[in-house]
Amino acid sequence: MTDAFIYDAVRTPRGRGKASGSLHSVTPMHLAVTALQAVRDRNQLDTSLVDDVVFGCVEPAGEQGANIARVAAISAGLDEKVAGVQINRFCASGLEACNMAAAQVMSGQSDLTIGGGVESMSRVPMGTSGGAWPVDPAVAFDTYFVPQGISADLIATKWGYSRDDVDAYAVESQKRAAAAWAAGRFKNSIVPVRDVNGLTVLDRDEFMRPETTMQTLASLEPSFKVQGEMFGFDAVATQRYPEVERINHVHHAGNSSGIVDGAAAVLIGNAEAGKRAGLKPRARIRSFASIGSEPTIMLTGPSFAAEKALKRAGMATTDIDLYELNEAFASVVLRFMEALNISHDKINVNGGAIAMGHPLGATGAMILGTVLDELERTGKSTALVTLCVGAGMGTATIIERV
Amino acid sequence: MIDYEVDGDGIATIAWNMADRPMNVLNNDSVGLFAEKVQAAIKDAAVKGVIITSKKADFVAGADLTSVTEAKSADEMMQKSWALQSVFRAIEKSGKPFVAAINGTALGGGYEICLACHYRIAADNPKTLIGLPEVSIGLLPGAGGTQRLPRMIGIRNALPLILEGKKQSVDKALAQGLVDKVVPAAELLAQARQWLLTEGPKNTVKPWDKKGFRVADPVQSPKGYETFTAGNAMAREKSFGNYPAVRNILACVYEGLQVDIDNGLKIESRYFVNCAMSPQARNMIRSLFFGINEANKLAGRPAGVPTARYQKVGILGAGMMGAGIAYVSAVAGLEVVLLDSTIEAAGKGKAYSQGLLDKKVARGGMIAAERDAILARITPTVDYADLKGCELVIEAVFENREIKADVTAKAEAVIGADAIFASNTSTLPISGLAQASSRPANFIGLHFFSPVDKMPLVEIILGKETSPECLARAMDYVKRIRKTPIVVNDFRGFYTSRVFATYVNEGLAMLAEGVAPALIDNAGRMAGMPVGPLALADEVALDLMLKVRKQTQADLGDAYRPAPSDPVVALMVEKLGRVGKKAGKGFYDYPADGAKKHLWAGLAEHFPLAKEQPDVAEVKKRLMYIQSIETARCLEENVVTNVRDADVGSILGWGFAPFLGGTLSQIDTVGSATFVAECDRLAQKYGARFTPPNSLRDMAAKGEGYHGPTAKAAA
Repeated sequence: MTDAFIYDAVRTPRGRGKASGSLHSVTPMHLAVTALQAVRDRNQLDTSLVDDVVFGCVEPAGEQGANIARVAAISAGLDEKVAGVQINRFCASGLEACNMAAAQVMSGQSDLTIGGGVESMSRVPMGTSGGAWPVDPAVAFDTYFVPQGISADLIATKWGYSRDDVDAYAVESQKRAAAAWAAGRFKNSIVPVRDVNGLTVLDRDEFMRPETTMQTLASLEPSFKVQGEMFGFDAVATQRYPEVERINHVHHAGNSSGIVDGAAAVLIGNAEAGKRAGLKPRARIRSFASIGSEPTIMLTGPSFAAEKALKRAGMATTDIDLYELNEAFASVVLRFMEALNISHDKINVNGGAIAMGHPLGATGAMILGTVLDELERTGKSTALVTLCVGAGMGTATIIERV
Repeated sequence: MIDYEVDGDGIATIAWNMADRPMNVLNNDSVGLFAEKVQAAIKDAAVKGVIITSKKADFVAGADLTSVTEAKSADEMMQKSWALQSVFRAIEKSGKPFVAAINGTALGGGYEICLACHYRIAADNPKTLIGLPEVSIGLLPGAGGTQRLPRMIGIRNALPLILEGKKQSVDKALAQGLVDKVVPAAELLAQARQWLLTEGPKNTVKPWDKKGFRVADPVQSPKGYETFTAGNAMAREKSFGNYPAVRNILACVYEGLQVDIDNGLKIESRYFVNCAMSPQARNMIRSLFFGINEANKLAGRPAGVPTARYQKVGILGAGMMGAGIAYVSAVAGLEVVLLDSTIEAAGKGKAYSQGLLDKKVARGGMIAAERDAILARITPTVDYADLKGCELVIEAVFENREIKADVTAKAEAVIGADAIFASNTSTLPISGLAQASSRPANFIGLHFFSPVDKMPLVEIILGKETSPECLARAMDYVKRIRKTPIVVNDFRGFYTSRVFATYVNEGLAMLAEGVAPALIDNAGRMAGMPVGPLALADEVALDLMLKVRKQTQADLGDAYRPAPSDPVVALMVEKLGRVGKKAGKGFYDYPADGAKKHLWAGLAEHFPLAKEQPDVAEVKKRLMYIQSIETARCLEENVVTNVRDADVGSILGWGFAPFLGGTLSQIDTVGSATFVAECDRLAQKYGARFTPPNSLRDMAAKGEGYHGPTAKAAA
């Protein structure tokens, strides 16, 4: 099998995903184009060497619809021979896109690819593209559908994470993100979003609330209590998990991932193609995996995905220097740390989506770049990136610096 | 059966008129004839419009359910379903106006006829009920109801009506758009004719047969998504996934409203057949429809006894039960003497009726004069002499033999020689109580359930010497107060209390084994019981359970077999002082501020969790199978004397899962051989209480069930 190497990784800053957010005035196409052009320009890349652009997008509808990857490639001015495909692994789409781009390289069917993703949550809101699971009775009824927030609260209930536990995790995420920005740890990957005149629209993550404390979080009402109690979802969850008497609703806007806009791109290729393009490999992709697990609790997949990827790489959890797990909800990370016995100082060391936000289709590619920067900064070698995924899936990727 | 005439103006009238039946129903014969008349009207060029009505008191009450239960295959059921759909669709597409003149009750298939018509006029008949109640017997409206109603009044308005099977008065039906107009009964046909002549010609095409039709808030819209996302979860919350009809109704509307009406009707027929062939629907039709109807018609009433007419009854003891019995008797039109030891207590018993009736009046369900007339029929007293002239006296005093003997003697001294004396005991054997009676042939048990005004069952208990005539007359009383009787023989706990106790006891036994309490109670509810066993024990009260156990132990002596639940009850009452809901603490804590109950945290200390927790399927099996085994024993011991009473009594008496059709039907549903094999396994693992009785074992060996042959277990 051919080795796949990461040659570069870029991301836009994350804008608050509502009308008041800085990126709401920018199309998702522009975000995707920004990321693709950055990969080209930073590396003075002859894009005729690129075989394919694989981009994740979770709401592929409207202006984000109909294969944004190919259209972004031509709009960005990449060589017209570069193909493009949009994929959807829900919240892990950005990472899955990188895995699929890498898979093309590893199988010998492509030499140089770009993985990544884009999501303008402010312009194409969650749910826009529909889907059968929640609504089709023949599906929802039989498979115990509940919304993710209920699943996150179910995880907290089942493993006994209190409101204080999840809030404490959120406060730490904010602290770490603020410290990372202050220390300039993201500067290597961040590409500012500029307007048609070249003027800066946004050059830093704007969702963060570094002033967050346990006290400020304590005032927030749980987000999924009404939904759970009034519309039957708590009952559906306890029918699937009858050992639970009732769901303890601990998650709220302050300990769940933020809704934001953004895009990311990762340049992946074999050794040969890198040489031809005059690039230096930054890391090798050791293994990756996606899994399915019980869909009602939905968000415990990362530990299973991590175990599968570790097994494929012939590694143990202790062989990993840094972990990056998307902070979809605080309980997801707490459960992952407990399941795999990972200490908090090895995971999400520069904060995560609770502080900086989770642009669904892009996040996986963003945190892949983030952890690679951190490995390089600290001189460490191996990292495992993973995300929980809707409908009970999980995706993980292991990289090693070269 | 179906009358047809055409008048000089070209108005045809198709009138349902089934002479051999109390009500018009859709069956093979009537549907065939109805289809003929419909086709005749459509083909006859002289006919300009058609009235569909009925010459009986009701319009059409629904489908004959035997046509569902007799269907042997999905294919056969599909043909029947499609035949009906085709007739109704022919009406709709005929190009001629059809009007439904709804003179009386139009339910299920009867109302679906109206939906197929181009206009619906109802007479202002206060007895009329309109709706699609199929879900209550495990079916769905299979003749266009799930397709036409949402297209007519909107998805959000239609879904609750179909999912809950509500039957509505004419006024409510009008407000919700189920009918278009309500007119005085005398003008019904004239108004129908008028509509056909003036409006009819402009209204021969349904909105959904016009180009560009769009239902309000369609499935694929934000509102539609909300409706189904929450609707699916709420339907599962209530049904626990035990009722395929609930899921299939949602599926019919979701899938059918995304396509044209013809494809929608196809989709509906598929899901209808799926329901009709399901064991759940067959169980519900057998027990909830035919079983309860037979019991209400007093099947098993001793022959040759003239129907007893009641005018005056006496109730001894004006507590919760006595007050409730007084209420239902007075509502049924009987004079009631409500006797207690003080006039205050007797008055309090009457005030209970006042409270219930005031609520009805406040809600608009009753006029004040009717309330006053009912209340005037209840006479509170302390004087036994007031019982003179009562045809029936029911005692509902404390469960104490001496007190019961005392009131029996005092009452019998006053009432006529042929009057019946009944005891509402739930625990004391009737034959023993009858020893205090001077005429044990007229002494009988009438076991009511609490709250009496809501619970539909009365368990009639025969003492050793109770005469067949006494039984017949007691059954007449139960019918008079519009309750459903079952008849059982005298035995400790009779039938209902004895079997019900096994459910609670099994839950308590599992708690003692270290099964998670939430798992036990959730499993009970998931299995189809209204309340989990631990919560139920709290409601019954653990001190009462302990008292009954001690009494039983004293009565039986060495023959008493200790149950695994005994130490749990004793611990809760004697050591922990947690006697149940009435004390605010039992297995659950009941917060004083009225917040929801929650499991007592201290349970973990006294009943430590076992390391290995059972699968919920095993917990459900234990809770449900134990009730069926005990019922099989009751039948073998002739405590309950027939299968129908056992099934009906279990559903109406303690809320046994209706979709299983009752405790004995469950055995047939599982398959008797499979059931016996499972019980043998459970007996090995958890104790001899799961050992099936020989009569059941023999039956299973022959491949038979309580309701006919059942599937044999795979060898």
